[in-house]
Amino acid sequence: MSIFQAIKGAAMTDFLGTFVLAMKVYFRRKPTVNYPFEKGPLSPRFRGEHALRRYANGEERCIACKLCEAICPAQAITIEAQPREDGSRRTTRYDIDMTKCIYCGFCQEACPVDAIVEGPNFEYATETREELFYNKERLLSNGDRWEREIAKNLELDAPYR
Amino acid sequence: MISIAAFWILSAVAVISALMVVSARNPVHSVLFLILTFFTTAGLFVLLGAEYLAMLLIVVYVGAVAVLFLFVVMMLDIDFVELKQGFMRYLPIGGLVALILFGMFIMVTSARIEAKIDPNMLASPTPDVSITSNAKAIGEILYTNYILFFQLAGLVLFVAMVGAIVLTLQHRQNVKRQSVTAQTARNRKTGVEIAKPKTGEGVSL
Amino acid sequence: MQGLVHDLGAFWGTLAGIGLSLLYLVAVLLTVAFILVFDRKVWAAVQMRKGPNVVGPFGLLQSFADFLKFVLKEIVIPSGANKTVFVIAPVITVLTSFMAWAVVPMAPGWGISNMNVGILYILAISSLGIYGIIMGGWASNSKYPFLGALRSAAQMVSYEVSIGFVIVTVLLLVGSLNLTDIVNHQKAGIWDWHAFSFIGAIVHGGSFAKVALGVVTGLIMFMMLWIFFISALAETNRPPFDLPEAESELVAGYQVEYSATLYLLFMMAEYVNIVFMCAMISIMFLGGWNLPWAEVTNPFIGCLVLYVKIWVIFFLFAMVKAIVPRYRYDQLMRIGWKIFLPTTLVAVAVVGAYVAFFGGNA
Repeated sequence: MSIFQAIKGAAMTDFLGTFVLAMKVYFRRKPTVNYPFEKGPLSPRFRGEHALRRYANGEERCIACKLCEAICPAQAITIEAQPREDGSRRTTRYDIDMTKCIYCGFCQEACPVDAIVEGPNFEYATETREELFYNKERLLSNGDRWEREIAKNLELDAPYR
Repeated sequence: MISIAAFWILSAVAVISALMVVSARNPVHSVLFLILTFFTTAGLFVLLGAEYLAMLLIVVYVGAVAVLFLFVVMMLDIDFVELKQGFMRYLPIGGLVALILFGMFIMVTSARIEAKIDPNMLASPTPDVSITSNAKAIGEILYTNYILFFQLAGLVLFVAMVGAIVLTLQHRQNVKRQSVTAQTARNRKTGVEIAKPKTGEGVSL
Repeated sequence: MQGLVHDLGAFWGTLAGIGLSLLYLVAVLLTVAFILVFDRKVWAAVQMRKGPNVVGPFGLLQSFADFLKFVLKEIVIPSGANKTVFVIAPVITVLTSFMAWAVVPMAPGWGISNMNVGILYILAISSLGIYGIIMGGWASNSKYPFLGALRSAAQMVSYEVSIGFVIVTVLLLVGSLNLTDIVNHQKAGIWDWHAFSFIGAIVHGGSFAKVALGVVTGLIMFMMLWIFFISALAETNRPPFDLPEAESELVAGYQVEYSATLYLLFMMAEYVNIVFMCAMISIMFLGGWNLPWAEVTNPFIGCLVLYVKIWVIFFLFAMVKAIVPRYRYDQLMRIGWKIFLPTTLVAVAVVGAYVAFFGGNA
């Protein structure tokens, strides 16, 4: 038994078998995605960078109900509100600390008017920590920039909500 | 010209590094200088046309012996300051030994010059370098005229090795040893048993 | 080419020799640069990845980008380190790895030195290479590099023994320490290459005893090729024997404290050694610059043939890295001392008997 084994070891049958297997794999099509140039598909439910949306007439959706602030498990959202000149209740301050956020998506679930949403963008790395403390202005501009994708995603996901 | 320059450079480095071996503060540096000495000496051998000896010097002394020195010296926990304190105390004795050795060296050389040995006697017993390579020449002498001494020297080393093994080998009981053949011989048949026990019954192993 | 250097006299000859060495150096370095990319590509392909493909066409220039990155980084020398030794160590490693190339003939008459103790020179230089590693580990003044250095040195010393004995079998067959002689001994064709000399034994014929012992010797030489290959993996700290750099145990072994250019030197030396081992395997066992069916006398063709052989053997090195799991340290030592050493000793005895009874023409 052990002589047979020694011969098998000396003939390196294990290595040759692995080599053949490896050569079979070698010429298979590579599933690599050339990331910055090609991207993989994203689900419509993907929870990425936050954005504050507007109505089609340009009016911001947020009514400062503070449901998102209340539900946020990481307490990343800070909201201050005041009546605007026209009497409608609006936020004066809407901050999200992106370093605290855990991307659970509770804020967009809680929002009664679909104002705060998590868009499909995930490439927003910054060079400093401070740049990740988003304020209302930044969130609104995110919403303007990603509105088409966000609207499409919401529409696609609507049947399941 | 170049060979003379090479000789002076090599010998100067050899002598200086040999001095540094004894005077360096850090024992590891001493060993490193020792290696440099070996290396330059090998260079001198090459200049003499004895490249086989030069290579052997490097393979044996630099490649094996000095590595062991270095291992030991690096792992020792030596207090360098304390080590150097006795330097002045032992200087006279050390100097004396060096002087005696030097004197003997001078005596041997001068005796050899005085005796005027027949140059044909001194001529190498091997064929000229231009006829055979010196690896071959050494081999032909070592394995014909001096075979007995050569083998005896090998035997002495072998006995020393066996002695070292006997001194350190201890067969401890109660130690689980690994059997690689047994492990690699294991396969699905010998390693796995599928049992289907009925409810309320165990499996006997 | 050596004739050219001698004809020019002492001064111009020396200059020509230096120029030649520089040419050799650049050729080796360029080979290393592309072989590094090749290594990563093979590794990636086995794992169904694409590997480096951004810098240059198909990522061919990746090594040069890496080189620039390493050179532009800051060299960090730990404050407790022994500065001189710390800096000298990688230089010694890279120097010895290049020095070994001096005796490698690339084609008939092409080589820096046609030393008649070429093989011994290689053994001597490769034993010097250990010092760079030990010194680097020790000078870092830290436990993990030191442990890594000791492991690495112990591994290299152990496998040098089996490499030495494998070389002895080749030397016995050839009867010369000169690398050009070794290649010329295998010039007739693939049946005379040392790795396949069992075919040669049958081809050459002779008495039954000669053929029988010749076939046994030939088979042993084939085995020696594999033992040399595996020992070369261990000697160059290549996977599956990359224990000094074992990531889960020692982070990066003796190189932990090294950064930037000094690290680059260590890594370059490693790959120069690997390419050197590939060249040695093709010279000692696979006929050097000779084609499988004929002798090559044209140095240009010879150089090309040897170069192709080096790349083919390196492909095996890369595949081993991709498919073989890492060895445990005691298993490594077991293979070196308990399997390779006795096997090679027996092989030396058998080959010696063959040469003694039937002459050296295997």
